[in-house]
Amino acid sequence: MSKFLTISPSPHVKGEESVQKIMLWVILAMVPAMVWSFVVFGMGAIITTSVAILSCVFFEYAISRFILKTENSVGDLSAFLTGMLLAFNVPSSLPIWMIIIGALVAIGIGKLSFGGLGNNPFNPALVGRVFLLISFPVDMTSWPVNNNSGVDGVTGATPLGLVKEAISSGTPISQLTDQVPSNMDLFFGNIGGSLGEISAIALILGALFMLYKKVITWHIPVSILGTMFVFAGLLWTVDSEQFMNPMFHLLTGGAMLGALYMATDMVTSPMTPKGQLIYGIGIGIITISIRVFGAYPEGISFAILIMNAVTPLLNRYCKPKDFGRRAK
Amino acid sequence: MNQMNNFTKGFIKENPVFVLLLGMCPTLGVTSSAINGLGMGLATTFVLVMANIVVSMVKNFIPDKVRIPSFIVIIATFVTIVELVMKGYLPALFDSLGLFIPLIVVNCVVLGRAEAFASKNNLLSSLIDGLGMGLGFAFALTLLGGVREFLGAGTIFNMTVYPEKYGMLLFILAPGAFIALGYLIAIINHFRKA
Repeated sequence: MSKFLTISPSPHVKGEESVQKIMLWVILAMVPAMVWSFVVFGMGAIITTSVAILSCVFFEYAISRFILKTENSVGDLSAFLTGMLLAFNVPSSLPIWMIIIGALVAIGIGKLSFGGLGNNPFNPALVGRVFLLISFPVDMTSWPVNNNSGVDGVTGATPLGLVKEAISSGTPISQLTDQVPSNMDLFFGNIGGSLGEISAIALILGALFMLYKKVITWHIPVSILGTMFVFAGLLWTVDSEQFMNPMFHLLTGGAMLGALYMATDMVTSPMTPKGQLIYGIGIGIITISIRVFGAYPEGISFAILIMNAVTPLLNRYCKPKDFGRRAK
Repeated sequence: MNQMNNFTKGFIKENPVFVLLLGMCPTLGVTSSAINGLGMGLATTFVLVMANIVVSMVKNFIPDKVRIPSFIVIIATFVTIVELVMKGYLPALFDSLGLFIPLIVVNCVVLGRAEAFASKNNLLSSLIDGLGMGLGFAFALTLLGGVREFLGAGTIFNMTVYPEKYGMLLFILAPGAFIALGYLIAIINHFRKA
């Protein structure tokens, strides 16, 4: 009886979800893309993924236990997820010690320096990836090509890198048609690239599961991909010899992975739908700008980090009105 | 005793870089190697000491309203001396420091010590304060430059410690300066509070 008479501040009703459960759902959603990367890249992908996950979990445990002396947070699976995302963002031929450095940066600098899960302003896995990309530009941009031929250790450019190179050397796009993979190949992941970014269909399958489980809402992915499509489409309409078609932009590089899994990270994205739309539009514009006008062939990781930095501002700007308050 | 305190406070207790967070522009800009940090630090030390001496000597003749412009003119004089001497005798260092040498004029550490210390204290205290602060600044820049050079290129003072291909290029570039400085400050805060 006394249980019903206890007076306590809200929240009074609690949901079923826990941090651990949500992380588990995201991990499950990433399994199709992971399996596909194992099929395409073989042993390299399996080693990369396991090293990334193991070292992320290890650093999470070691740093919180011995340096910060806080509660052990390995159980909430967030470090496991960070490791998986980090592996998705690197080529499978990356030396193991670089993956370990990436994990240390992701967990140590990207997350625990700010106070652990929930306090990090930037997506930890992306911090790790960008750190590796700037530190080891050569290893981070040698992509093993599709391994179905059975030959190991062959590297080639990603479709985005190929196009970037051609355009900067003045080759019109119409002469590239035999080198650039078809949209079907891009969609099913028959291309070279980072582990998790190659197959759009596997990523979309996982994202549908997350949408069904309400781990993510449609606002961020749709606004990112829509903005990229419109912006790239405008450029393409102006001059189709200099700019690739919008479908190509959506299906190559990390666009799908970034829009569906990285940008939707609950900690680092805005809370309200309005803020999420602005956030997504920002990411789309910055991504295409870097891809088309910038020095790097791919820019979605930078775009997400930049918009992560804007997120607190968006949360403040898009505060929902108090219930019952009238607009003046 | 008091003079000793004036000298040593610049190293850890009131270190201009790690504690006062003054002069961040050269700190982040030039510390891509230990030798650059040391060169910049010593150049600033010279300017600090000389500016402190002159400011403490002329402090009674400067009207309060124009003291900042006067300090800047005094500081700029010594910066010009450093610039010309370095250009003449250390052209390699001058090239790698570049614009940051003339920018010592607007370094907050130099102006800050002139305003906060030299304009209120006698000649000897000002000299010692300038020397302590300057060496503290040089120590901080050398440490930061050393850490960045070690992590980024595998060398310290151009001596190879490990092969360069294992170096993390990021630490030589701008973001590495912020990350390395942040962690150095965190470590120093940890020991100051302990």
